[in-house]
Amino acid sequence: MSHWNPAPFAQQLLDLFASLLLLIAFAMLSQRRILTLIHLFAWQGLILTLSIVDSAWLTHQPHLYYSAGLTLLTKVLILPLLLHRLIRRLDVVWDVETLINIPTTMLVGIGLVIFSFNLALPISHFSSTILRNTLGIALASVLLSFMMMITRRKAVPQVIGFLALENGLFLAATSATYGMPMVVELGVALDVLVGMFIFGIFFFQIRETFDSLDIRHMEKLKEE
Amino acid sequence: MTPVNWLLQGGQEILGILLAPLLMGWVGIWRAWLQNRRAPSLMQPYRQLFKLFHKEVVLAETASPLLRVTPYLLFGCMGLTASLIPMVITDLPLAGAVDVIALVGLLSLARVFLALAAMDVGTAFGSLGARREMLVSFLAEPALLMVFFTIASLNASTSLRFMVTGFAARGFYLYPSLAFAGVAFLMVLLAENGRIPVDNPETHLELTMIHEAMILEYSGRHLALIEWASALKLLIYFSLGFALFLPFGLTDSQQGWGILGALILFLLKLTVMGAGLAVLETVSAKQRLFRVPEYLGTAFLLAVLAILLHYLLGS
Amino acid sequence: MEILVLLSFPLLGGLWLGVTGQRARAPQANLLFSLATLGAAAFLAMRVLREGRVSAWDEQFVVDPFNVFLVGLTAFVGTTTAWFSRPYVRNEVQHGRLSENRLRLYHGMYQAFLFTLLVALTTNNLGLLWVAMEAATLTTVLLVSLYRTPASLEAAWKYFILCGVGIAQALFGTLLLYFAAEKVLGEGGNALLWTHLAQVKGQLEPTIVSLAFVFLLVGYGTKVGLAPLHNWLPDAHAEGPTPISAVLSGLLLNVALYAILRTKVLVDGALHQPFAGHLMMGFGVFSVVVATLFLMRQKDIKRLFAYSSIEHMGLMTFAFGMGGAVANFAGLLHMTMHSLTKSAIFFAVGHASQKSGTQLMEQIRGLIRTSPTIGWGLLLGALAILGMPPFGVFASEFLILTTAMHEQPWATPILLGALGVAFAAILGKVQPMVFGPATGQRLPHPPAILPVFLHLTLVLILGLYLPPALAIWYRQAAALLG
Repeated sequence: MSHWNPAPFAQQLLDLFASLLLLIAFAMLSQRRILTLIHLFAWQGLILTLSIVDSAWLTHQPHLYYSAGLTLLTKVLILPLLLHRLIRRLDVVWDVETLINIPTTMLVGIGLVIFSFNLALPISHFSSTILRNTLGIALASVLLSFMMMITRRKAVPQVIGFLALENGLFLAATSATYGMPMVVELGVALDVLVGMFIFGIFFFQIRETFDSLDIRHMEKLKEE
Repeated sequence: MTPVNWLLQGGQEILGILLAPLLMGWVGIWRAWLQNRRAPSLMQPYRQLFKLFHKEVVLAETASPLLRVTPYLLFGCMGLTASLIPMVITDLPLAGAVDVIALVGLLSLARVFLALAAMDVGTAFGSLGARREMLVSFLAEPALLMVFFTIASLNASTSLRFMVTGFAARGFYLYPSLAFAGVAFLMVLLAENGRIPVDNPETHLELTMIHEAMILEYSGRHLALIEWASALKLLIYFSLGFALFLPFGLTDSQQGWGILGALILFLLKLTVMGAGLAVLETVSAKQRLFRVPEYLGTAFLLAVLAILLHYLLGS
Repeated sequence: MEILVLLSFPLLGGLWLGVTGQRARAPQANLLFSLATLGAAAFLAMRVLREGRVSAWDEQFVVDPFNVFLVGLTAFVGTTTAWFSRPYVRNEVQHGRLSENRLRLYHGMYQAFLFTLLVALTTNNLGLLWVAMEAATLTTVLLVSLYRTPASLEAAWKYFILCGVGIAQALFGTLLLYFAAEKVLGEGGNALLWTHLAQVKGQLEPTIVSLAFVFLLVGYGTKVGLAPLHNWLPDAHAEGPTPISAVLSGLLLNVALYAILRTKVLVDGALHQPFAGHLMMGFGVFSVVVATLFLMRQKDIKRLFAYSSIEHMGLMTFAFGMGGAVANFAGLLHMTMHSLTKSAIFFAVGHASQKSGTQLMEQIRGLIRTSPTIGWGLLLGALAILGMPPFGVFASEFLILTTAMHEQPWATPILLGALGVAFAAILGKVQPMVFGPATGQRLPHPPAILPVFLHLTLVLILGLYLPPALAIWYRQAAALLG
């Protein structure tokens, strides 16, 4: 290592946060219990917030602090609380998903990480921002959450996967660029919140109709 | 290489071999404290070894020479491995002779003999233990190798000495990949040394035991050597962990004071981490054997993530 | 100013009907708000025709000849659908399939849906476009599950999850685009404004932009219903109330395609090679083929026409993928024709299935006896959508196919074959429904026939004679697409 020039500490911290976010995405992928999933989601939100604060500090972009506040409010406080209340009202707090094959899922997950890192490498060379490395991680966690949605058979974990996907996108937004314009970020946050409410309404409708939150009951509509 | 170097090398070897039972005793004391038991003396492992060495060796009638050779071979492997890891001084004659892949090979050589010998007599427990041991190590070894590869690619070398000095040369830096590799290493350490989420060193319950099932056939000095070798193995993993993840304090000087300082630091690390191991074992529950692949799969995943992150982030 | 007025009508309507939508007069109010929107759209269209591009609110909203045409179409179909939905929902209430509370949800969400569509069309900010597209999903998802039957819940869940995931891909694409833009335009709000992007499109980093387009195409393509991302579409169309099927097919799919087209312009500018076009053509032809294969096996009438929508969206995607003035012109024309015809068909289908009390085609028979207008409407609509000569769909399909023969000869036989199969499949199923022994019963509220024939007449007239003003307008829009 002849030309070793260490990056500033804040940047190291940012890389660490991004890695942790990826780790949590993996943990969510393999987590069977709904309650723990929600906690993991909240942790992911918190780490996302920290990473946004860090990049705001690193790049001197004051509007990123607002983004961080918005993330803290929605992803760490409101959404987990809503989910908590929801699973308590639906009485699925101790629900366990038994059907996932963890080793295979993990292997596919690693494949996805390799894929997205490869995809992101050429792009990050173009970046003028110093936050570029994390783009691949963001893409990887997006894909991992996407996979979580595919592998799950129950409604609530699917939705948590959806929300985690949004987290990955936010990481991408703050890492590739210095955050989206504020109008857009507000709009996205609003959409997510409204979406969550609709999901909540849906859970009750589904349970009322099928007596369970298992998606397997909802595989009737198929082309035969 | 001066004679002083060889002297130091021999000193480390003796230090490692003598220290290993003490580490076992220290972990045992902490476990007892944490479980609200009266702790045995710190010297208890020595006494046990002493007692075993004075007992007669009883061998099964069907035992082949393999069973007789294995304890010595095991102890020899561990002793050699212990001399290869920089515990206090990085600049030892043998340190440059070997890299981490060979290290893994040495450890697995010992394991293969242990497992073969366990099946030698033909009792059910022996082969059961051997099979379980092979299952665990079959999954743990790739994870361990991945951890090594991560650190090797960080330092562009698989030599343990360059890995250690490479980190020392760069000063403080947050490596996300290193954090992942560290956790993976810890998980492998627990699995390979028969520690709690995977195996319980204190149990002889046939449903769960792994390591203990393999050594049921040994007695007397053979058993003593095997116990000593497993103590040595724990020490090896600990010092390997220190060398890779907490390399501060290792010295390359030949001066008395430098070596003394490094030695004290090494003992301090052992003290803290030994207690940490006991805490970790107390707070976690032993897993069913069928969950072990999942556990080690996680370790492997973390190690692979570490290496991938290294390539993405360059750190 | 006109833009904000245009947007304020459906927004107010949504709020108003969200509170009072259960009243007996709510369907009329719904129609009234839609009419007001249509009026505002007409004013806006006149101004754009007169002055060219119009913008509002710091260029966050911009209307040019391309989107004003879609704004007009959206407002028009929105109005006629509101008209059709007036007797439709009353019949549903009478049949006991809808409670009054659901009606409030229905009317409120209907206007909100129009609002999101209009925002998506008029906004100049690609980020806001994304927000509006997502909001359009959110507003319609509860409408799809309006009947609360197991099947409708399943359809809505599928719709929500698939489109949610799809739209998330689109957000990633938008992010990448912003990432590429911000280096040229600098940070801040301007880097996502389409008009600014279009000026510097040649300087955008090609690698990033092409990757962004892949994500955007997959994301918005899910909403367009491009195969293999189309799974939600037949379910959502079949299980929701028919007016919603009409606006989904007639409007939402168009708007999603519009979003793709806007980004395609940028990608083409950045890449100097037809990468985006090739992708779109591939998706387009594949969708046409897949949809026709499924067409033959349908038993549910709304599913049948949902697959037909996939087929036509595929055809449009193919046309826009070919690019060039003629193909774009044909694509835009086809968009108009398809919207008008498909919504007319859904109007007829809605009443037909209300009459027979089922959506299964084998149980819908003899429409022409029980109610000649619906029967004729369905038959003519089916003929129109299949591209029979006097109707406008024929003109646009003809244009697309002849251009394809010039530009992409490989695709022509595939498309022709698919169209032939679709013809046989749909006509073979519609014909016994229209003729044959009668099964239906009388409806308590007389069906709204006028929207059906209004649409069909328009399609017929446009098929026979395209007014020069309209032709110029289309050409301007096609020119904007490059």
